[in-house]
Amino acid sequence: MQQSLSGKAKTRPLTPANVTVGRRRWSERGYALLFLGPSLALLAVFIFWPMLKTLYMSFFLTDKFGHITVFNGLGNYRSLLQDASYWASLGATLSYVAVVAVLTIVLGLILAVAAQQQLKGIGFFKTLFSSTMGISVSVAAIFWLFAFNPSVGVFAQLSQALHLPEINWLADPHFALLAIIITTVWMNLGFTFLILFGALQQVPRSLYDAADVAGVAKRTQFLKVTLPMISPTLFFVTTVTLIDAFKSFGLIDLMTAGGPSNATNLLVYRVYQDAFLNGSYAQASTESVVLTLLIAVVTLVQFKLFGKRVTY
Amino acid sequence: MTPIQPVVAHENKRRFKLIGRYTLLVGLGLIVIGPFILGLWTSLLPTAAISKGALWGKLSFDNYVTAITTTPILRYLLNSFVIAMVTTISQLLFCSMSAYAFVFLKFKYQRPLFALFLVTMMLPFEAEVIPNFATVRALGLLNHYAVMIVPFLTTAFGTFMLRQNFLQMPKELKEAADVEGLSHWQFYWRMTLPYAKISLLTLAAYSFLSSWNQYLWPMLTTFSDQFRPVQDGLRQLQGQETFNNWGMIQASAAIVVIPTLIVLLIGQHYFKAGLNEGAVK
Repeated sequence: MQQSLSGKAKTRPLTPANVTVGRRRWSERGYALLFLGPSLALLAVFIFWPMLKTLYMSFFLTDKFGHITVFNGLGNYRSLLQDASYWASLGATLSYVAVVAVLTIVLGLILAVAAQQQLKGIGFFKTLFSSTMGISVSVAAIFWLFAFNPSVGVFAQLSQALHLPEINWLADPHFALLAIIITTVWMNLGFTFLILFGALQQVPRSLYDAADVAGVAKRTQFLKVTLPMISPTLFFVTTVTLIDAFKSFGLIDLMTAGGPSNATNLLVYRVYQDAFLNGSYAQASTESVVLTLLIAVVTLVQFKLFGKRVTY
Repeated sequence: MTPIQPVVAHENKRRFKLIGRYTLLVGLGLIVIGPFILGLWTSLLPTAAISKGALWGKLSFDNYVTAITTTPILRYLLNSFVIAMVTTISQLLFCSMSAYAFVFLKFKYQRPLFALFLVTMMLPFEAEVIPNFATVRALGLLNHYAVMIVPFLTTAFGTFMLRQNFLQMPKELKEAADVEGLSHWQFYWRMTLPYAKISLLTLAAYSFLSSWNQYLWPMLTTFSDQFRPVQDGLRQLQGQETFNNWGMIQASAAIVVIPTLIVLLIGQHYFKAGLNEGAVK
């Protein structure tokens, strides 16, 4: 308590008034500890320490209980780079991430533009378009597992009715990743729509009025006025979508479990398999470090783009 | 040619355009909620009909009754609710406190510490599950509510978002508070929090949904229905012999989705305003 009294209070005569002030007024440092301490401690235990530990473990070999045995230098990284199945996972992850981002942004933008129309009942459609935001991963997986089901699903029934070749979506290595992509994009739509819709609303009407007066076609207006005006938001949504896609786990676990023939064995799923199913903790740690680097790069790009906004 | 005709033609064209616009909206709407509608509809059909591929049958709530009476789905919901509520409240408290420290307090290493918070936002929790699993096992938290709450009591993202909002508070408010002799705690509690109401609501909706949607971590750390949250619970139901009981699975999914849709409908407005403000303004 003595340390938290302000220095001035000590040199003054101890009148009752000064004492109460002294009691109430903590030093800035005391307050900093009080306000920042809990968060800092929690982040240290559950984010910083695990990150360092993961990095550390990636340079060692481990036994099946996850205990460190021998120093292996960059050996884990070397064997990871020589592992063809890891490259396949990385390739699948990158194509998944890229396709998800493109489709999410394009479809989200279409929905956001459609919802800009001044029509009766537009609020109802806005609610519809943002509704997938409230749908969690296991619920989405159930809906789409049913839709992709080879005997009772809508896709199977549609292709039957139209005499198209039937695709066993989740069991076919050529289509399983696409099925996961479709489901992911669908889940992303609500959030993306909401953010892009907000951005479109903030484009000043006067810009469009001026373009109308100048006789600029609607399509040109979209390309030359709308897109540049909402580009910060577009970049924001893109990076958020990319980061989320890199972390995808739930849908894969629920819909394909990494199969068929590793076609959907994306990076996070691989970490989980190697650590918690195969007991290869060192290898899983090495993969975690690579995953972190990939996500860190995207995040850095995000910070750079929003640097001025972010730090003032 | 009477002058009436062009007006009629114009009127018709306008009407066609309007119909076209609504058709587009309805089409897009159906694509978005199609899978959801299909799921809801299936949840009302008898499983026997569904497994024959029929999309028609006697509608009833039987599947809901089966789901509620034969599976722990309500318990899963309760578990998720407890976990999400505690996580949300604590994130609101701790994130706003650390945000306050970065905006209104002066202390040593303030800038490096803030940089540390920013760095945290780059580190995915998914890549750190191995040491975290060891930590919670050592702390004896496995298979308990605490294991799904303690690691998420605070977030760097929440701190960052609220900091952005606190920065926008008029300087005069703090000056006036200093003149009045308000302590930092009083200013935080009486002025800052009420000022940031919208941002706090946004963060609350975001925290609640994130916690509710947790999947990997609960799967690794909970082993009994007593504490299992709903995402993991649905996985459990699917994994059991009920796998082909599509009607009941869909009914369980519907039971799970309704609370989040309610949170979303209430929070939608704040979510939009807050995220746009915190993230991109």
